[in-house]
Amino acid sequence: MARPQTLIDKIWDAHVVREQAGEPTLLYIDLHLVHEVTSPQAFEGLRTSGRKVRRPDLTYATVDHNVPTTDRALPITDPISKQQIDTLRANCEAFGIPLADIHSRDQGVVHVIGPELGLTLPGKTIVCGDSHTSTHGAFGALAFGIGTSEVEHVLATECLQQTRPKTMEVFVFGQLPSGVTAKDLILGLIAKYGTAFGTGYVIEYRGPAIVALSMEERMTVCNMSIEAGARAGLIAPDDTTFAYLQGRRHAPQGADFEAAKQRWRQLCTDADAAFDARIEFDAQTLVPQVTWGTSPGMGADVTGRVPDPAQMADPVARRSAELALAYMGLTAGTPMQEIRIDRVFIGSCTNGRIEDLRAAAKVVQGKTIASHVKAMVVPGSHLVKEQAEREGLHDIFVQAGFEWREPGCSMCLAMNPDVLAPGERCASTSNRNFEGRQGRDGRTHLVSPAMAAAAAIAGHFVDTRQLA
Amino acid sequence: MEPFHTHTGILAPIPRANIDTDAIIPKQFLKRIERSGFGSFLFYDWRFQSDGTPIPDFVLNQAPYSSASILVAGPNFGCGSSREHAPWALLDYGFHVIIASSFADIFYNNCFKNGVLPITLPETDVEALLAQAQAQPGFTATVDLREQTVTTASGQSVHFAVDPYRKMCLLEGLDDIGLTLRHAAQIDEYEKTAPFAVAHA
Ligand code: SF4
Repeated sequence: MARPQTLIDKIWDAHVVREQAGEPTLLYIDLHLVHEVTSPQAFEGLRTSGRKVRRPDLTYATVDHNVPTTDRALPITDPISKQQIDTLRANCEAFGIPLADIHSRDQGVVHVIGPELGLTLPGKTIVCGDSHTSTHGAFGALAFGIGTSEVEHVLATECLQQTRPKTMEVFVFGQLPSGVTAKDLILGLIAKYGTAFGTGYVIEYRGPAIVALSMEERMTVCNMSIEAGARAGLIAPDDTTFAYLQGRRHAPQGADFEAAKQRWRQLCTDADAAFDARIEFDAQTLVPQVTWGTSPGMGADVTGRVPDPAQMADPVARRSAELALAYMGLTAGTPMQEIRIDRVFIGSCTNGRIEDLRAAAKVVQGKTIASHVKAMVVPGSHLVKEQAEREGLHDIFVQAGFEWREPGCSMCLAMNPDVLAPGERCASTSNRNFEGRQGRDGRTHLVSPAMAAAAAIAGHFVDTRQLA
Repeated sequence: MEPFHTHTGILAPIPRANIDTDAIIPKQFLKRIERSGFGSFLFYDWRFQSDGTPIPDFVLNQAPYSSASILVAGPNFGCGSSREHAPWALLDYGFHVIIASSFADIFYNNCFKNGVLPITLPETDVEALLAQAQAQPGFTATVDLREQTVTTASGQSVHFAVDPYRKMCLLEGLDDIGLTLRHAAQIDEYEKTAPFAVAHA
């Protein structure tokens, strides 16, 4: 009998092109997603060495990090952003790579459009010059972020030199209580186990609470695997996955889809397969989460308080907490629900999908945002935006006082004009609350879409479980 | 990538710990679309006032250190963000070798991908090199990758460790891509089945 294997090992083994003692493994890449910020030097490298893109038909590009989210009919005012976007366009033309350009219906945040176009499929190895490539693991793909040299390597060879990762099982038992979301699950996990528990591992999320998640919720969880230190996180494909994929443009169609489904069903961890590490997490007792500091691991229950660094035994943690509270302008002991916010950002590859917008709209419906709050919704893609508009969600947001924007990364990393002013405090559905991430001296609190929406209405954090 | 066999050059001492990639190449210079041209921005905030005038105290603003090609620095060199612009800037400025007692992981990898040799030496050896480089401007050393030695102008020689695979890549001037392309036949063979690859239009 064959040795029982984890899903991670099965995908790995199916992609080994060459294995030689003393050398890294040559691993085949099935899908390479490209965007404007980390690719220009890679294309330049191809040019100087006279190399071609080996498989433009396995490569797909879009513009997201740098694009303005205001009226797209207007020219881009930042000349450097414009140059990066123009450069990607020229490179895609020269090398024959399909591009969802700024005016394309398919444009959006790279990790939102991959799944919705059916490019992301179970069993694939997927890379992109962006650390949140882990999102695609939700489909049972091995998906991870790479640097610019590796972008060039994949463009030229469709392979990467890699060493086999260690495997970790994160088993989530129970079910998420009503009013608690996938975002709270991943924030809660990181708050409990820290931002490095996944370092050196690929995580497989398992257990009843994971199986019960929708595809979009699974993407939210896998997306933030990188905030746990893991390069990738994945979930075995099942009927939920197949139902999501059926009929997607680039997914197999008809009889091919049925055949693919049979293959994809093999993509699971065998009973008795051993992981290198395992942690357990109880979904049942989870409460909506809000981060209070400058690392995604600095999180608290919305019913809790800003922690007191003086109570922290570990001197490194204490020092980090002190610095974080100073940067965030928070006092130890403040109830999380008394923290007043100035801005709200709903969007990003973590929470910019249709289910996220529906969840936020449900909270917002018929209400108005607090008078001192400025709030914006940035759909993760054009298709998400169209769908939301078909459902009338944009009207709900606009009537409540939100700005309704064009798709892109926007204030998740604030490389475009969507930036916090110094000292501004933001409830954000994105994934990183680092110092300066949303603008110099801006203060970011990571929350779920429903929590962000509720904070916009109240002007401070509230427990969304009480809204129902 | 240029093959790396031996390299002789002037040592520039920067006796600081935890030199991060933000210090090596500040973020305002990351929006360039080229891999080249970052050398003028290397250590920008240490080299220049905000109005662009050089800071005379900084070692790279002093001859002959300004033409150094071997950088000697404190522990944990290259920590911080993963930006590959850091080794690009060092190489573009003219540094081929970085010597320190430890390096941050990603930076270390990125160096090899760009033909820069990061050498890890025991703290005492690094201290000795820093002292000599500070005492004698223009002090040189020769790095021999095949022999894995650093030999100073005054004749002391120290051995350094390097992963054999990475060493081979540098000696042969093979970037990873060149190396992978040697196995093009195996990639062709894999692609005949490639069980999970789905070409899009
Ligand atoms: S939305 Fe944010 S995290 Fe996601 S790809 Fe864009 S910048 Fe990165």
